Amino acid sequence: MTFETAIFYFFSAIMLLAALRVVTCRNPVHAALYLVLAFFTAAALWLMLRAEFLAITLVLVYVGAVMVLFLFVVMTIDMNVSRLREGFWRYSPIAFSIGVLAAIELVLALRSKSAVIAFAPAGADAPGYSNTKVLGRLLYTHYVYPFEIAAVLLLVAIVAAIALSLRRGKTIKRQDPAQQVRVRRADRVRLVSMPAAGVNPEESGTEDKSC
Amino acid sequence: MLTLSHFLILGALLFAISIAGIFLNRKNLIILLMAIELMLLSVNINFIAFSHYMGDAAGQIFVFFILTVAAAEAAIGLAILIALFRNISTINIEDLDRLKG
Repeated sequence: MTFETAIFYFFSAIMLLAALRVVTCRNPVHAALYLVLAFFTAAALWLMLRAEFLAITLVLVYVGAVMVLFLFVVMTIDMNVSRLREGFWRYSPIAFSIGVLAAIELVLALRSKSAVIAFAPAGADAPGYSNTKVLGRLLYTHYVYPFEIAAVLLLVAIVAAIALSLRRGKTIKRQDPAQQVRVRRADRVRLVSMPAAGVNPEESGTEDKSC
Repeated sequence: MLTLSHFLILGALLFAISIAGIFLNRKNLIILLMAIELMLLSVNINFIAFSHYMGDAAGQIFVFFILTVAAAEAAIGLAILIALFRNISTINIEDLDRLKG
């Protein structure tokens, strides 16, 4: 067993155990933290596959943004864990049997001699090779339209998330810009002529200007 | 010597664990979302393994798009969860029977 294989098995064991804890943990906060661990080890495995850019992206975007959002929501919601865990052990036999069955089937299919997948691992990278540069070049030439669509998708996700979670209460006072723009001078200002008794109107006019 | 099968089997095991997780946590919406994230991670591992062993960077581009879609999905899913909790004060799937379907 080479050093690389040993590292692979080490990270795989950590990732599978973390994934198992995600789905069996009682406390959802712990589950979210185990999911963070799973993502970290997956990033390490992706580094072994020389996908450096995606490994860093996984840590930054997933651990940094999505999982923090998960934790935020889990901690915001006051959930009754014991009610949510009802039937957990009742369904565990079928869950484990289906999981083990799926795993056995997939492993048998991937290990069978007829479907042998024997690609030679890529050789050492040329000096000056940059994974990020290669991905960027592909992304901005061949895949530029999908890239734009992905940007639009993220915009839609932002708008949808805000629109879904925006609170519209009756007690909240908010401004209506359309109404603000539509307003006329006549709606707000009413000029009243009030000649004061015994005072020359021209003098009062000059006083107003000096103010 | 690491082969492609190592990584594919790892992805398969991760996928099986998340399937079992969906069966186990049928009532907890948050854990269901986390299991879906695990499934997407296993698919991404397959894509990157193939990309590495076939020497084609297109697989990594695909993973890039999967990450984008998964981030959007998680954001909208959690927003729906918050809206749900605000209206009926629970995230138990058993209680989501208002449409009487």
